[in-house]
Amino acid sequence: MSPLEMLMAGLLVAAALCLFRAWRGPTPADRTVSVDLLGILMVGFCALLTVQTGKDLYMIVGLAWSLLSFVGSLTLAKHLEGRRFDD
Amino acid sequence: MIDFAEPRELAAYVLLALGLAFDLLGCIGLVRLPDVYNRLQAGTKCVTLGTFLLLLGVVVRFGFGAMGWKALLCIWFIAMTSPTAAHAIARAAHRSGVPLAERSVLDRYREDGEARDGAASGPAGHAGATP
Repeated sequence: MSPLEMLMAGLLVAAALCLFRAWRGPTPADRTVSVDLLGILMVGFCALLTVQTGKDLYMIVGLAWSLLSFVGSLTLAKHLEGRRFDD
Repeated sequence: MIDFAEPRELAAYVLLALGLAFDLLGCIGLVRLPDVYNRLQAGTKCVTLGTFLLLLGVVVRFGFGAMGWKALLCIWFIAMTSPTAAHAIARAAHRSGVPLAERSVLDRYREDGEARDGAASGPAGHAGATP
């Protein structure tokens, strides 16, 4: 394994820990936190893919993923709070 | 494939390794801590710092080209959005009645809410003991 592949394996372990919390989480808030973190971890994974391949494409995927993850987290939080989506 | 004798590569890989370490610590905190609020604390701080360092590794590795500027923009987006999302999740968790851990000693948000509700409901409220 090259050092970069080892870094990727470590990030996958972190993502597996996040998924474990999403599976076991006793409350819906735990699952929301875990999904939010998973989005940010995937942005880091896109950074590692950029270093590995040297392609511009993965950084654009990371940009879009960070913003979409933010919108998803806000939507889940509002739903958790019991408010409608338009107020 | 990696030339560790070149200082730029070495600095980039040190940043990437530090970022991965912070990510792993944040996720271990997410699994091990007892409470939603503690988990949010560990996750947000460590994972945000970890992803910052990973993206800074991209900037150091490629310089201020197309990829470096995109990585800096990504850092800016995460710095703006991640605390906002964490704040919204914490408020939603508290308002939806998720209990604190048993070892917690202080719940300022609930005390503030009770004071505000008591003031809003007038002197008949339970906080109307003022002379």
